[in-house]
Parts: sequence; C-alpha cells; structure tokens
Amino acid sequence: MDLYEYQAKDLFAAHGVPVLPGDVATNPADAKAIAAKFGQPVVVKAQVKTGGRGKAGGVKLASTAEETEEKATAILGLDIKGHIVHRVLVTPASDIAEEYYFSFLLDRANRTFLAMASVEGGMDIEEVAATKPEALAKIHIDAIKGVDAAKAKEIADAANFPAEVKDQVVDVIVKLWETFVAEDATLVEVNPLVRDPQDKIVALDGKVTLDENADFRHPAHAELVDKQAENPLEAKAKEKGLNYVKLDGEVGIIGNGAGLVMSTLDVVAYAGEQYGVKPANFLDIGGGASAEVMANGLDVILGDEAVRSVFVNVFGGITACDAVANGIVKALEILGDEATKPLVVRLDGNNVEEGRRILADANHPLVTVVDTMDNAAAKAAELAAAGV
Amino acid sequence: MAIFLNENSKVIVQGMTGAEGTKHTKRMLASGTNIVGGVNPRKAGEKVDFDGTVLPVFGTVKEAMEATGANVTVIFVPPAFSKAAVVEAIDAEIELAVVITEGIPVHDTAYFWAHAVATGNKTRIIGPNCPGIISPGKSNAGIIPANIAGPGKIGLVSKSGTLTYQMMYELRDFGFSTAIGIGGDPIIGTTHIDALEAFQADDETVAIVMIGEIGGDAEERAAAYIKENVTKPVVGYVAGFTAPEGKTMGHAGAIVSGSAGTAQAKKEALEAAGVKVGKTPSETAALMREIMQGL
Repeated sequence: MDLYEYQAKDLFAAHGVPVLPGDVATNPADAKAIAAKFGQPVVVKAQVKTGGRGKAGGVKLASTAEETEEKATAILGLDIKGHIVHRVLVTPASDIAEEYYFSFLLDRANRTFLAMASVEGGMDIEEVAATKPEALAKIHIDAIKGVDAAKAKEIADAANFPAEVKDQVVDVIVKLWETFVAEDATLVEVNPLVRDPQDKIVALDGKVTLDENADFRHPAHAELVDKQAENPLEAKAKEKGLNYVKLDGEVGIIGNGAGLVMSTLDVVAYAGEQYGVKPANFLDIGGGASAEVMANGLDVILGDEAVRSVFVNVFGGITACDAVANGIVKALEILGDEATKPLVVRLDGNNVEEGRRILADANHPLVTVVDTMDNAAAKAAELAAAGV
Repeated sequence: MAIFLNENSKVIVQGMTGAEGTKHTKRMLASGTNIVGGVNPRKAGEKVDFDGTVLPVFGTVKEAMEATGANVTVIFVPPAFSKAAVVEAIDAEIELAVVITEGIPVHDTAYFWAHAVATGNKTRIIGPNCPGIISPGKSNAGIIPANIAGPGKIGLVSKSGTLTYQMMYELRDFGFSTAIGIGGDPIIGTTHIDALEAFQADDETVAIVMIGEIGGDAEERAAAYIKENVTKPVVGYVAGFTAPEGKTMGHAGAIVSGSAGTAQAKKEALEAAGVKVGKTPSETAALMREIMQGL
C-alpha cells in the first residue's frame, strides 16, 4: 500500500525523522485556517499517490491565508495522471540551501534491501540514475545486520554528503531505517531531503510503501487506508476476501491462481482486439473455488456496469472440475435474477469430463462451456461485443 | 535423475498437523512421496494417522532429521511463524526447504534468505508462496497435483502455480523430469536461473519450459543466463501483458513499477536469447510439442 505524503511524514515524525509541521485540508476554507495558524508563507501540496505533482500544478506557494485559499481552490479537484486531488497538505514554506535524495527499498535481484543516496536531489531520481549514475550511491544492506550509525556513515560517505551536515544526515539515515523496518515498508523515500540555510536537515517530502503481507502485526496500518479513494468494487471484493483489481474493459474475468488469471487477461485482450473489447478486471478466487467464493466473485463482477460477458477460467488442480462446476451451478442459484450476463466457462484438469457433464445437465441459459482457454476467450469477447 | 527432489528424498512436513499441512500430507503420501514425519513443538512425541500411514511428530527439524534421515522439509506454517520455521530448517542444515506459505512479510523472507547466505547456503530454499516441486513418479514436495502428468523428459520452472498445472496438463503425453514452482513473491530462494542450471546439468531433461510473469527482472537475468549457459532447447511464456502499471496482480511480486518489470521487456529479452516465447499457454505448449517431436 502506497501512503500519501502527509501519512509518510507522520510515520517519519513518529520515528524521529525531522519533518516540517503541516496539516491536511479537504476544502479551501480549512486550508486558509491552517495558513492563518502558521502565520507565514506556506506551500499548498496536492496529496496524490503519484509523482510529477509540481509539473501538474499541484504544488503552489502562498504568502497569505487568503492566497492559500485561492491556491487550495485551484489544486483541490485537479486530475493528476488520473488521480483526483481530495486533500492538500499546508506546510510552512522553507528556505532551501541544498536538495538531496535518499531512499531505502527492496532489491529483488539481490534478495535484500538497498540504500540509494545522492546530493543531487529534488529531481526525478530515475533521471539522475540514467544520466548521471555516478551521482547516485547504491549500498546493499544486510537484512540481519541492518543499518547502524557506522553503516549510515558508509552510505553518507559514498554519496558525498557535505561535512557540515554529515552527522545529521547519518542520524536521519538511521531513523529512516528504523521507519523502514518497524513499519514493514518496502519503500521509504525522501526527495528532497533538504539542507536549510541554517544547515538543518529536514525531510521535505516523503513516499512510503507498506507491505500488506505484514498487516497482521500492524493493526494501526488499517487506519491509513483511504476508503474514499478506493474503487467501490475493489472495496466490496476486499471485504469478501477476494483478490480483485478493476480494469477498464467489458469482459469480466474469474480464474484460479494469479498466474492463470494474468494469462487469461492477456488471452482475452488478444481475442478482443477485433471487437474493441478488453478485460474488465483481475479476479483470482484461489485454489479452492468453492460455490460460495464463486458466487461472491460473480456478484462483484456482475456489479460492474461495464461488464458485458464473463469468462470463468478454472484449471482443476487441487480442486477437481466437478466441484468447480457444482460451484458455478450453485452460485447461479444463489444469484438468481441478479445473474444477467452471459457466462463462458472453460474447465480443464482433474475430473474435467464430470465437470462439463454437470454444467451440461444444469443447462443454464446463460452458460456456454468451451473446451480451450483460447476458444473460450474468443467466445467471451464475441459475446461482450454483441452485448455492447 | 530429476532435479532437487528424487526417489531417495526423505520428506518431513513443518506444520503437518495444521489444516493445510494435514490435507497436503495426505495428498503427498498418496502420490508416493516418502514422508517420514512432521514437526510441531507443541505435539512432539505424538503420532498421527494419515489414512493408514502413521507418522511421528518431532519437536524440532534437527530431531526429525536425526531420527529419520530426512533431507527435505515442506513448510506449511502460517505467515507469522514462517521466518522462525525456515531459520530452524536452515540451522538444521537440511538439504531442501520448500516454503509453501503465502503472505509472508518480505522483511521476514529477506531475513531468512540473509541467514541462509550467512550460514553458507547449505539449505536450498524453494518459495515462499509457491506450489512446490514434483519429480513425477519419484517424489512430490508441495501441493502440485500428482495426477496431472507422469514422468518424462521436460523440465518446467514457473513463478505461477496454476500455470504450472496448466502447462503440465497440456504436455502430459510427454511427461516431466521435474516441475518446480518457484513462487510469486518479490524475494524467493530458488530462482529461474538455479532451475535452468540444474536442468541443463540433468541427463534426464532434454528440453525446458520457463514460465514468468510481470515484476522484477528475474526473466531478463534468466535470458542472459540461457544465452551463455543453456544448450538445451528452452520455450518461454510470460503472463501479464495487459497488467496496468502500479497494481499488484495477485502475487505480491507481480507488479509493473514505472517502466520496469513489464511482460513485453521480458519476452523481448528471452527472444533475444534464442528462447521461443508463446503468446498464450497453449501456443507455448505447442512450441514445446514441436521441439519434443523433433528430438
């Protein structure tokens, strides 16, 4: 889960990383009140989970409370790369002497963590990495030993942080590592980390990604979820424990196993090219594929108004195809009149003949059984095109 | 021969008495795996009857190995306890640890991987979040259904469980030396490259299917490895061409970040290494079929 800047900075503050004070407003009047409270020039920053806010007009300076209200009015409601701005962070404007970059992240290739640091911060770090790789220090972290003051100094030295602020930077690095570990983060990024004219080091921005697999030991992380910004279908699926991602198409997809479902999306996309239809979602119902899970899955997918047809693609591995077929039949019973879209079913694997026989006997008017994944995808795309 | 797992493998199950552990211990036994016991510190000394096969429960992996000569452990313990279970297996220096558990925090996986490296990599780790490994007709360590395909000469390595099953099913008339699901987490023990290296060295394997998916650059690195080191024919498949950027697609590691980790980049890297890449699982199976018929 990606956090908003203000949430990331709250976590930083909780772990002793220096940040500027700030408050979040959801309307211009609140933004004005926050600015009045600070009584000095402020920066109004769009809170969206994407980069490039500045270029998109999502970060503006305001010298008075009235001006803050104007700027907040301009920023709230902006569409930044498909993310609508619902909140702004109002924070005192700071004088900046130098901008640096720092992050801890997962290094998949080396199966450990990586620290990245540069004294050339403030810009897109991928650009620094591409155009001036020598300016970006990359230091591997031993997942057991972690980052103590000595390791932090090694990182700060490698990135050539200036001597006057190095001790402070070392301290910030240790605290960012504490944040990274204590919160089970997969990314902690500060860009820019700034040096002000008084040589004080402050995390001016913050980006944190939390590992949802670790939620069981972080009950407080549940409060960081932005329910308002969640897609309602995704929220409904999550409530039912389903692994669902809403996409922008017309063919609803249900399958078992993440890899098979990803593959199903691809096959449907290829088949849909000639009709101009695409997969409407990712939905993995897991190995079990019981009637109840199937009914929940169908319920979520049929709740998507864009869906014109549904492709159920199940390989009977641990669960045999007859159980899956019974699950589909019962799911359609449970849903009754709510099931209105054509279903294309492809079953393969254990007890496939029995599974197909059950579906044939049920003879449900909405269900078409197709023998291969490729042919089933073509049928589902054709039905979706016919239903548009 | 087969790789990593064979008819001489003696298997224990960590978490054997839990719901998943019980279900899959039965299935592994039914498929002919030589399971010699289980581990659960709270039930040490007990015996458990699995449809007629009575297995002892030990307090630790070390005790189980000393008593039975076990050299493989299959781990079904819940995510919160997985780190301790894998570290225990590593400390006991068991040859192979197959970590089935889904949902292990990545900091825990990074920790036990670092521990394995620090202690000299004496234990091969497969997974986590994987279906395990099967050498058909010899042994089955994990949850791959044993009745999909029999023994043969194709080696299969895959990030995905169901795509492993699908591919085994499509090529069941040829059969497999070993099929291994390496898992869909961002950090895993055994990689595509490890499996490719072992299949290349395995006399019984004549051709290799490699299945990848979006996220990370494991497929790109595997492609570079194939180009330099693999002389046996390799057919590839990559899932997730239509996955949107920034969304996790089921597997914790299946995410396109910016321009990194796309299926297209992986496909291109594999093709540049001389690997034939199928557009769909069926097309991939057809490519392998052609190769097998030509050998």
